[in-house]
Amino acid sequence: MLASKLFAAKLRAGTALAVVLCCVATTSLATPHIQHWQSASGAKVLFVENHDIPMLDVAVSVAAGSSFDTAEKSGVAGMTQHLLDLGTAQSSEDDISRGMADIGAQLGGSFDQDRASVSLRTLSSERDQALRLMAGVLQQPVFPEAILAREKARVVAALKEAETQPASIADKAFQQAVFGAHPYALPVSGEVASVEKITVQDLQDFYRTHYSASRAVVAIMGDVTQAQAEAIAQQLTAALPVSAAPPALPAVAMQIAASEQRIPHPASQSHILIGAPGMSRTDPDYFPLYVGNYILGGGGFVSRLMNEVREKRGLAYSVYSYFMPLKQPGALQIGLQTKKEQADEALKLVRYTLAEFIAKGPTEKELLGAKQNIIGGFPLRIDSNRKILDYLSVIGFYDLPLTYLDDFTGKIERVTVAQIHEAFARHIHPAQMATVIVGAPEVKETSGVKNK
Amino acid sequence: MRIYRFFVALLVAGTLQVAQAEVFEHTLSNGLKVIVKEDHRAPVVVQQIWYKAGSMDEITGKTGIAHVLEHLMFKGTKQVPAGEFSRRIAAAGGRENAFTSYDYTAYFQQLHKSKLPLAMRLESDRMHGLNLTDAEFSKEIKVVMEERRMRTDDDPHSLLQEKMMSVIFQEHPYQHPVIGWMSDLETLTAADAKAWYRQWYAPNNATLVIAGDVDASVVFKLAQRYYGNIPRQVLPIRRNFTEPAQLGIKHLAVKAPAELPQLVMSYHAPVLSKPAQDWQPYALEIMVGVLDGSESARLNKHLVREQQIASAVGVGYDSASRGPGLVTLEATPSTGKTIGEVEAALRQEIASLVKDGVSAEELQRVKAQVRAGEVYKLDSVFYQAMQIGQMESIGLGHKTLPLMLEKLQAVTAEQVQQVALTFLQDDNLTVAVLDPQPLDNNKKKITEGNRHARQ
Repeated sequence: MLASKLFAAKLRAGTALAVVLCCVATTSLATPHIQHWQSASGAKVLFVENHDIPMLDVAVSVAAGSSFDTAEKSGVAGMTQHLLDLGTAQSSEDDISRGMADIGAQLGGSFDQDRASVSLRTLSSERDQALRLMAGVLQQPVFPEAILAREKARVVAALKEAETQPASIADKAFQQAVFGAHPYALPVSGEVASVEKITVQDLQDFYRTHYSASRAVVAIMGDVTQAQAEAIAQQLTAALPVSAAPPALPAVAMQIAASEQRIPHPASQSHILIGAPGMSRTDPDYFPLYVGNYILGGGGFVSRLMNEVREKRGLAYSVYSYFMPLKQPGALQIGLQTKKEQADEALKLVRYTLAEFIAKGPTEKELLGAKQNIIGGFPLRIDSNRKILDYLSVIGFYDLPLTYLDDFTGKIERVTVAQIHEAFARHIHPAQMATVIVGAPEVKETSGVKNK
Repeated sequence: MRIYRFFVALLVAGTLQVAQAEVFEHTLSNGLKVIVKEDHRAPVVVQQIWYKAGSMDEITGKTGIAHVLEHLMFKGTKQVPAGEFSRRIAAAGGRENAFTSYDYTAYFQQLHKSKLPLAMRLESDRMHGLNLTDAEFSKEIKVVMEERRMRTDDDPHSLLQEKMMSVIFQEHPYQHPVIGWMSDLETLTAADAKAWYRQWYAPNNATLVIAGDVDASVVFKLAQRYYGNIPRQVLPIRRNFTEPAQLGIKHLAVKAPAELPQLVMSYHAPVLSKPAQDWQPYALEIMVGVLDGSESARLNKHLVREQQIASAVGVGYDSASRGPGLVTLEATPSTGKTIGEVEAALRQEIASLVKDGVSAEELQRVKAQVRAGEVYKLDSVFYQAMQIGQMESIGLGHKTLPLMLEKLQAVTAEQVQQVALTFLQDDNLTVAVLDPQPLDNNKKKITEGNRHARQ
């Protein structure tokens, strides 16, 4: 407390902080006690017991994200996850949604390049019915023909809509520019043409290959005992398909050629994305890159990008950078929206800010600010059952140490300016990045012209 | 992030016993009402300050000023230079932001509980010490214009909603968008922002909500220390609006670059004014749950799953607001279906609600969802504080929350049928259609892109 007040006073005065860099106050904080085991089914289980609220959260994640699609069948992975709760061997789609609603339970899910997951929130008192329905959804989906036809039409309509909206046009072009032929480039929900071709057989095949217990992680958080949690994990995974591990994904090509796509759009703003392959969830540079990104464009209102683009010049409402950490390196993505007429000016400024950051690294003062925020804000990361559940899933899915949360603040504390500088230099090459501008101003010059 | 309309999610509100435990309130002598919700599950705290001044308090020609001021509140005081507020909250490990709605403007920080005094010092300082300069104003107004372009001008659905609100309301200021008309943003000045700040930013026009791992008596002392010396002010007289009766159906169409058309139908509807005596707003909340409370609720089940007339549907209603209410039904036609077919299907659902009412089973299902939601709510300290601040700011008070839950559980099938009959009438209705336009001659380029290497 005292130390941080001192820092604040110095920051205000703008004096150098070299003498006080050692001491971000690390409070020792109770992290949740994670219990971990392998279920008889082969699924990995992570459990935190907590009886404060009479409810239970469960999430089952499987390595069955869109990166397991092929270009010809892009969208199969997403459609498989989407149809899980639209009919099982015992229950119709209506039985499932009505059965959940009757007891106030909430069945959800998420889907990205790596993971497909199904999640449940239920009152403790209604646990049995909710888990019975969830067990069917995970282990006995039937992928009804008529429902597939209906859902294909809905997905195709949504994809066509997305193709008219600047943010989604930019996102799709960006993923392709960054990942090229790697499956991370595939749109998570597929393409119009490939979705139209999806068959029930495709979904059954995908399900049988990828939804095996040995590829599943069960996260359980809340009002059950360990014995109950063990039974729940079994109940949700014992009847998953048994299958050999599918072939490993190709590696992401870390060096890409510089590219710039200018895509016309009638919108008043240009949507700009800049990026390159970044880091994986288990990259040894994870913490230096994470902390460095806070300084560059991750730290809300205090990042360099925010300061240069918004606070100093009023060029954008939102400007950010982030690393998407996946099994393999996901993208470093920098994004902003600005009115067309000033898009080139903003783009130049962002590129300059990035190049400067990579060339010189952060200052000691910036690093201190980042550590104060990330370490001081650690309690906010684990202040609800929902957030803890998400950590359990991530820790289990990406094989992070069970002590991940206990170690977190210490790892942040040990990051140095030199480590950030070196890690960024190793991972991000400003001359080899992809740029996408949707709603771009007419091109006259692409570089070398100063317009300030 | 900095602007949204908060719908009190009554359908995820809940039962009296759990929710209202540990709420304490105390009003300082300068009129600042302080409400504390203790929750000791994690060593964190949220501070929210709610000003009863939203876009509905603006005058013609100055729309957007409430939200512009919200942005300027981060631009420095006599004590704390521009940008320092955010830097100090960040250095304390905090997260912060603010939001403006039709009804109110609110600011919040989430931090470790030991940092509450810092957050209070900073928040109380900008309640009365804001230092508005022309230089900061001229930069920030550009940011707000970019925000408007992003949120509204380039978003077909927001554009439809904005234009629809100005057709629905003839007199009430809900006809103006929270973010303001672009032509007003272009003419607003720092002096307008100063005037707004002087008028409304006063302890007797605010509610301070603190929730988390705190002791209420300590919080009251801190509040007195940091906020207690800010002088009370005479507040402007608030205008009252009585929206004239709508005497017949209204239609509008909005053209924007998009693929899919969309249909929106909004009916005028009452909101809570005397929560203990009212019954219609509760019945409307339950009605919305029957129509759209889950994937198996009527609209999704019938229109999306069975008839496949719509690819998406939704229903909205907010029983708690300062201004008049709306029941809004939305649908996107399935490929090959027309707006007319979707409208007919929605009208068929309304007709069957009016004619046959709702089943006991449907009623029980919605009530079960409300009860469960009340338990789930306990997982979010922030959300609990939001509900309290919102209820205070619209004038109903947080003590209305448990009452609303009781009243929701008491709604009968007859009442639901009755409100459907009374309010889902054509004379009350505005129908808006999004008429999608091609991205003109650029379609080809969009798929192929336009690549060339950067030097």
